[in-house]
Amino acid sequence: MDKILFLAHTEADGTLPKAAYEALTAAKNLAGDLQGATLVAGLIGADVAQVADTLTGIERVLGVSGPEFAVSRYSSDVAAAAALVSTSDATIIVAPATPRFCRALPGAAARLDGRIETQVTAISAEGDAVEAERWFYRQRIVAKFSRSQRPWFLLTSPGAFEPASAEAGKATLEAVSVDLPAKLRTKVTGIEAATTEAQTIRPDADILLVAGAGWNKKQKDGATHVNDASSLVLGFLELARASLGSTKSLVDQGAEGAEVMSFMSHLNQVGQTGSTPRHRKGLATCCHGEEPHVVGWRFVSERRAINLDETCGWAQGKADVLYVADAFEVMAKVNELLAADA
Amino acid sequence: MTDGFHIVVCGSLVPDPIQTLEPVPGGDRPALKNEAMLPSVLDPWAGHALYEAAHLAAKTPGSKVWLVSLGPKAQLQQLMMRVAQKVPFELVALDGPASGFTDSFEVAVALAQAIEGIDGLDRSRLLLFGGCASASRDAGVTVQMVGERLGIHDQFLAVDELKVEDGGSIRVLERVEGGRYLASVCEGAPLVAAWATGSLPEPPNSPQVGMQNMRTIMPALAKAGPATLGGEGTTWLTAEVPQQRRETRVVKDSSADEIAQEIVTWIKG
Repeated sequence: MDKILFLAHTEADGTLPKAAYEALTAAKNLAGDLQGATLVAGLIGADVAQVADTLTGIERVLGVSGPEFAVSRYSSDVAAAAALVSTSDATIIVAPATPRFCRALPGAAARLDGRIETQVTAISAEGDAVEAERWFYRQRIVAKFSRSQRPWFLLTSPGAFEPASAEAGKATLEAVSVDLPAKLRTKVTGIEAATTEAQTIRPDADILLVAGAGWNKKQKDGATHVNDASSLVLGFLELARASLGSTKSLVDQGAEGAEVMSFMSHLNQVGQTGSTPRHRKGLATCCHGEEPHVVGWRFVSERRAINLDETCGWAQGKADVLYVADAFEVMAKVNELLAADA
Repeated sequence: MTDGFHIVVCGSLVPDPIQTLEPVPGGDRPALKNEAMLPSVLDPWAGHALYEAAHLAAKTPGSKVWLVSLGPKAQLQQLMMRVAQKVPFELVALDGPASGFTDSFEVAVALAQAIEGIDGLDRSRLLLFGGCASASRDAGVTVQMVGERLGIHDQFLAVDELKVEDGGSIRVLERVEGGRYLASVCEGAPLVAAWATGSLPEPPNSPQVGMQNMRTIMPALAKAGPATLGGEGTTWLTAEVPQQRRETRVVKDSSADEIAQEIVTWIKG
């Protein structure tokens, strides 16, 4: 009989991230489907009393709190997570795949002789077995499997589950103590912007604009127009409140010394060595490869592409609509229309 | 200041990204069709880790780099023919499957044991590097589990920058949500850094480096011990390439105005 621990950490403002409430949905569904299973919550943060009160539907809420746990740091997080799992006797741990937990929970699993999956997209119960689904080979193959080893950590992929509603009430919070080293060797100094340029990555945006290498190539007049391309892309991001993705080839041009869009960095990269973002809509521009259209778009549901090549094998069959047109001309008009409507 | 780092990079081979991958039933786990024949490359993020390691070692006197690779011996040998010319390192090879369907826990055990067995490794000066996720298992957990087994409790994930400061402390930038970095300062080695892309381009081939590396690579491959990756306790239910073919509507011979209007309507819908 499995004991399920919903594990979450607070944000800097003391709230739970949206991804935590998504993991809560997965944990609650599993507890409901798995015969005889019980559900416990475990919280990590500077002060978790407030967020514990949003989990009043869970009978037992455990918390590790204190100033050492306010920040995202391996040594304190791994100790806190291991203590919560041990105190709850949990066999299945459902937690959000946030960067903080993706860093710390593999170590907690190793410390407890357990197993771990990240970026889980589905969890189900079949009899008394727990089954997990996730993607392998950079979103190319999806597999479903179960494991007999416990504890088993399942980190849910952000966006894969509907977020549970925060409840209101007064939870009884059990404090769990953690033995930390007398001196922590790592000091978190803060959050920094990746570039001094405009913020172009917006995880909560409705639409993702993917820019390909074509933006930096020679145009009809035989010259490159990188400044024009930059203005069009930034203009669209601002007017549509979109997030920006990039192909590897476009980002790599910067490292190779070519004139590039100054606000573009490896953090924008989608695909094999980039991210696989979740946005409702995706618009690919000047992209000509598998990376943006398959790997980078895996979790984008509505997809359109602007491409000069009607036969582009990666847009064909992957996009809902392929516009055979000059992206410079089309995006200029799109920005005009959006600006007029603003 | 430091006497130099002992940098161990965990990284192995993955199928060349341009290859079409098709899962087929295997013995203990799913396999890829023609898996042994697929052209392979050094796992991209592990490659970044290796180049960053070599760069750091080159500017920190007394440092040394090891590459610990787990994969089928024959494929590792082919991979090393290409990687050996990039940067100086000493290979520690483990003979076993490089499949994405192997168990990260078992892989971590094998890698940790191999690292513990490295002659002359000073673990007080150890920087354990790897990629933030592989392009095969793609879980992003193995390096942390190896670090935990080695007793290293200062770990960093999705690292793009690691700088040794005056006094020996190490400043690290890790990717977090929203295209931002979490900045931390660690007192020094030992630590774990699972790299994202870093900031270095792929180094050009150097025949001299290749010849120097090959002197240790071939003996390392010859003595590569088997890694036991049985996948005990795991039951694979399905493994498939989802059918994602869409009926693409091709719009051509429309003006930029017409296309723009359609896109804006879609965006606002």
